[in-house]
Formats: sequence, C-alpha cells, structure tokens
Amino acid sequence: MRDPRTLDGNAIGGLMLELFGVDLTPAPTTCGSCGAREEMARLDVYRGAGIVVRCRHCEDVMIRIVQGGGRTWIDLSGTSTLELG
Amino acid sequence: MAGAVQETPRVRTLLLDAPGWADHRAGQHLDVRLTAEDGYQAERSYSIASAPGEELAITIERLDDGEVSPYLVDEAADGDQFEVRGPIGGYFVWDASDPRPILLVGGGSGVVPLRSMARHRERVGSGTPMKLLYSSRTWDDVIYRDELETIGIDVVYTLTREQPPGWTGYARRIDRELLEETAWPAEQKPRVFVCGSTRFVDAAADGLLELGYEPGWIRTERFGATG
Repeated sequence: MRDPRTLDGNAIGGLMLELFGVDLTPAPTTCGSCGAREEMARLDVYRGAGIVVRCRHCEDVMIRIVQGGGRTWIDLSGTSTLELG
Repeated sequence: MAGAVQETPRVRTLLLDAPGWADHRAGQHLDVRLTAEDGYQAERSYSIASAPGEELAITIERLDDGEVSPYLVDEAADGDQFEVRGPIGGYFVWDASDPRPILLVGGGSGVVPLRSMARHRERVGSGTPMKLLYSSRTWDDVIYRDELETIGIDVVYTLTREQPPGWTGYARRIDRELLEETAWPAEQKPRVFVCGSTRFVDAAADGLLELGYEPGWIRTERFGATG
C-alpha cells in the first residue's frame, strides 16, 4: 500500500505549466527502469524539500525537482520518454 | 476573495474574483500561493468547484495541522488577496460532448471537482447519464448536500463512520460489492472520475478493474494529507 501522503502528477501540473509552458498532466511518460507508460497525472508524487516523482509500478524515481535561490534543477534521468502534443 | 459559503463545519467554498482568469474546464484545479510577511511561501492545489462559465469558486477542507487550509477555511475574508495559478490540468477533465455514461466516485472533499462536472452537465443541458458515488464520514460531513438533491444525477451515499438514525444507505468504505451494486455495468463502457485520498482512490479504482472496467476508462486524482 502506498504512503497516504502520496500525491499524483495532477498536483505538479501547475509547476510544470510554469516551467515548461505546457500542461503535462495528460502527457504519456515512460519509466526508465521498468518501461511502464502512464500519463504524468497518474505518477506518484512526493513533496518535501523538493519534489520526487516515482513510477506507480516499479516505484523507481522518474523525476526530481529542486527549487531554490531563483533556480530550478530538474533530474529526468529516470524517465526515458515524455510525449507532448 | 469575493464571498464564502460555509458548507460543513470543516469545509468552506470561496468565491474568487480573479482578473484576467481564463475560463476553466470541469475537473480542473488551481494553485493558491500564500506569502507571509517574512517572505515564506506556501502553495497548495485546490479543485475548482464551480462549473465552466460560473464565478470562480474553490472548496477547501480544513486540515488542522495544515499551513494553508486553516487560513482559507477559518480566517480569509472578503477583499483578502492571494495569488492563484491556473486553471491547471487536461487529464482530470470531463468534456460534455463525450457521449459515454459517467461514473463519479468521490471520497470526502474529493467530491469538489466532481461537483463542477455535475453542475456543468446541468448548465449545458446534457442528457449524459451521470451517477455519483460519494463516501463521507458522517451525514454532517456531506458537502453540497442540498444541491446534490436537485442537480439531476443519481447520488449514492455511503457513510463510513457514523450514520443518522434510520439510515438505510451504505455504511462502509467503498468496496467491490458496493461498486457491483451501484456502478454502471462494464458493458456500458463508462468514463470514470475518481477523486479522494490515495487510499480511497486505489480502493475504488482496483474495485472497478475487478468488475471488468478497463484502466483507460478511469481517470484519477489523489490528494495527500497536506493542507
């Protein structure tokens, strides 16, 4: 069972819209570990000092976002594809 | 902020006057950002409660240890200003031109975006069959109770913690059997929107899959215990 504090990708829709200028909640993503393909809205999101997005199937980290000092650092190394449009 | 409606002791709807706001789609949310005098910022997402074309409204449940919801539910007053960002989200939205029957499944304040969908259906005069399964702790926790009587869709309640005297409805968490008795049959290939806590959404979605629903029919929005 997942941590009850888990959010989903809907919760970072606003941040992604601000960073990328497009709505990513319906965007299909592919997990770099297990290859599962899911819309961003369906991924698991944990908010702490930063944001961690995990695959809802294998639970590996797909995206990490840290903001501070007017800068945003995004690690997408756990995501193999992100489909737009 | 341009008005408020106390929905339950813990839940309030805020009417917002947001100049330049683009109209939203039913099911979308917005982000509220509060900034303290020392510059500390807190941001939370809230579902939009109003239908597209109506005055913008959000409905908020107070989480007692939250940073944002206690202010919005208990303190914010007409004329107060705060930043909003949105409308957000193209995943958890219902398009009234979709002909499929709609099943809405809400837990607690997860009913908020579903209410926007039901109001939207009513405003556009849609004949799309729509049904709401709504799980609350008690009858007094039911949000939009009067409105749901007259909004023109079937509403099935389950009260998980306490029931009023003479209650004949469901009195347990949503499970497979409850879904089997109330949800549209899978043969109708319904579109489903489920919103609530992570645990609630997982249970409802898993139950529907067991009934033969396909994953692609089900759209979910999960919220955590930070407010």
